[in-house]
Amino acid sequence: MKIAVQTEAFDLNAEVSALHRNNPSVGAIATFLGTVRGESGQVSEMALEHYPGMTEKALATIVEEAQSRWAVIDATVIHRIGSLAPCDAIVLVAVASAHRGDAFAACEFIMDFLKTRAPFWKKETTTAGGQWVDARDSDESAAQRWDPP
Amino acid sequence: MTLKLLFFARLRETLGVSRESLTLEAPATVAVLLDHLRARGGVWATELAVGRNFRIAVNQEMARLDTPLSAGDEVAVFPPVTGG
Repeated sequence: MKIAVQTEAFDLNAEVSALHRNNPSVGAIATFLGTVRGESGQVSEMALEHYPGMTEKALATIVEEAQSRWAVIDATVIHRIGSLAPCDAIVLVAVASAHRGDAFAACEFIMDFLKTRAPFWKKETTTAGGQWVDARDSDESAAQRWDPP
Repeated sequence: MTLKLLFFARLRETLGVSRESLTLEAPATVAVLLDHLRARGGVWATELAVGRNFRIAVNQEMARLDTPLSAGDEVAVFPPVTGG
């Protein structure tokens, strides 16, 4: 498992390669790449704040939960912090498994819980000034659908 | 007992503090701590009012109102998260 919270950009190809290069039991890797939206040119900057220490723990807990639900061989989660611009990559979740079903499901699960449980906060700068992004109810609903009935 | 308080994002800006050390009479819970902070009045009473949407973590784990507090605990107060 690789968990990283960093200001630097990451290399998608290198991260995906690392998941299967020396592991012939891997047959499927699902990746999710999140990028900064800047609708109609309004957003000039997106600043990402986090809670050092808790963030890494929360991400590891989410990946461990995914590993307990699906046959995950390995997983990588990288989240950028600091100042980003529209079109920049913010987050990468890559999950390796033997078959695609586990990889797809675990990747989506990790993203849903990252959005609602990992302590990151976005502040966007628009022509109107700086503004903290509000949490969305739809993100909470997305995480809740994984709860046992 | 002394607690280490941390504030993040919009609440850090509105409350005007990122960290502080606070002494509270033991035993206490998150609910007791919140009452103590609300008693400061002003933005503290407004932002941390019952029904406002914020989160508390104790020692870097999400906590609830009845979570007990111990000396040396790290208690973080922050808005709902918006990463990803």
